[in-house]
Amino acid sequence: MPIKITDLNYVYSAGTPFAKHALKNVDLYIEDGEFWGVIGHTGSGKSTLFSHLNALTRIQSGVIQVDEFTMTGNGGKKLKRKNRPDFKALRARVGMVFQYPEYQLFAESVEEDVAFGAKNIGIKGDELAERVENAIKMVGLDYEEVRSRSPFDLSGGQKRRVALAGVLAMHPKVLVLDEPTAGLDPRGKKEILDLITEIKAALCPTIIMISHNMDEVARYCDKIAVMADGELKLTATPKELFTQTGLLESLHIEMPQVTALACALASRGLDVSGAALTEDELVEEILRAKGVTA
Amino acid sequence: MKDVTIGQYYPVSSPIHRLDPRIKLLAVILYIVAIFFIQKFVGFALVAVFLLAAVFLSRVPLLKVLRSLRAVLFLVTFTMIISVLFYSSKTAEPLWAWGIIKIYKQGLINAARMGLRLILLVLGPSLLTLTTTPTALTDGLESLLKPLALIKLPIHELAIIMSIALRLIPTLMEETEKIMNAQKARCADFDTGNIFKRAKALIPVLIPLFVSSFRRADELADAMDSRCYRGAKGRTRMKRLKLHFRDFAASFVMLALFFVILVLRYNWFGWAFVAALI
Repeated sequence: MPIKITDLNYVYSAGTPFAKHALKNVDLYIEDGEFWGVIGHTGSGKSTLFSHLNALTRIQSGVIQVDEFTMTGNGGKKLKRKNRPDFKALRARVGMVFQYPEYQLFAESVEEDVAFGAKNIGIKGDELAERVENAIKMVGLDYEEVRSRSPFDLSGGQKRRVALAGVLAMHPKVLVLDEPTAGLDPRGKKEILDLITEIKAALCPTIIMISHNMDEVARYCDKIAVMADGELKLTATPKELFTQTGLLESLHIEMPQVTALACALASRGLDVSGAALTEDELVEEILRAKGVTA
Repeated sequence: MKDVTIGQYYPVSSPIHRLDPRIKLLAVILYIVAIFFIQKFVGFALVAVFLLAAVFLSRVPLLKVLRSLRAVLFLVTFTMIISVLFYSSKTAEPLWAWGIIKIYKQGLINAARMGLRLILLVLGPSLLTLTTTPTALTDGLESLLKPLALIKLPIHELAIIMSIALRLIPTLMEETEKIMNAQKARCADFDTGNIFKRAKALIPVLIPLFVSSFRRADELADAMDSRCYRGAKGRTRMKRLKLHFRDFAASFVMLALFFVILVLRYNWFGWAFVAALI
């Protein structure tokens, strides 16, 4: 179930002095089961691009295919019902977790809030209860303890998990996460990212994560898309991207800290490869350079 | 929802944009008063020419200014039709009659006056909001209303409430859109069903919106407190409103227009050509 984006364009406030070209001829192909990281500065068009995937943003021009759903543009105007795919089915397929998703919570109990999306796509009765329970457990919360509590009484991290569970209960096959770790402490960040890896293995094979943190992207993603000024500058694997210092500089991308450290060590004469992306890789490199066998 | 601009400010630089907001506010008030004094079509033409000149100077596209008429189009047509239908005269011959409906020449003239008056009434203030930022307007209002502080009206507080409210409208719109998108991503449906169903569908938007508004208000109060905000007492301004030559020039033009309108109406000098105008 791949995602294919062809020649996508988007202009904000077209025809006014505020007009801004947010997306320029974006082409992107995302294979099933891939973990994509999307990086780029604020305002580079990342969020706009991916809000197209489940039809939250109307296509102005271009084509998007998600599995059997094909969406085309109508100059930004509303498409007639018969000319457009079933948005509910599409939105159940492509789960979208926004920045600070905890601000979308509204229901009286955690259970009800998590059930909201699943209910909207017509899940009822036992299946609904089961999905809600599984989703809450999957995000690492104690189901019995939180199910009837008000979501507003939870801690920030817990709220974020509840919001995530609300999307998971719809059983999406593609999950788009917009800066899922924003505002969390290092430990909370790691927990959420490990959680996403679990979700990928158990429920939702394709993950697209928008992030500003190069360490996260280098460590968790299979592929990286770099956006700048509304253009998709390149797609590459973390290894390809983060080992090309010149390229990084021209795109104004920082290195992951581990890679930067590896490069610094290499430039001081230690025989390590500058391509280490994770701590484990770097440790291995250092041990090898020092002639220690683990 | 992104396209909604509050106060519809049109950001270009022009002599009209740079005018002091107080002068602009007073000019608009005088403009409105002037329109009510107009009886002759020459007067309407004069004001229309004046307005066109102002629009030209302001570099706001004419269409953008005229767009503000959309909101009152119905009102204008309705008033004009009513005033044509309900005009009656014992002495004059109707131009056209059908049963109890009689249409008189004077009725048509009255309707035209009414229509022109309404249209000009809307266009003036809309040029003001197109060329003045909401913040500048509030500053201007605060400064103009300052004398009322003498009778213990909390003018500064009202002004700061207004500017905070104005400042937060775009933020709230953005927030609403974000939350709506988040709920839409969970397949919430805001567009179908009857009115009750739709109202109920808004609950998942309104509750998070309220929660975040309260949170934001709290944070803002703390931020103002920590920067020693204590109301009007001892507070100075960074951008002090100052009158420039252009402000005096604009005031002069506006007063001249007002004077001409009054002369057209009352013909103080007994000029025959003024009396002959309709």
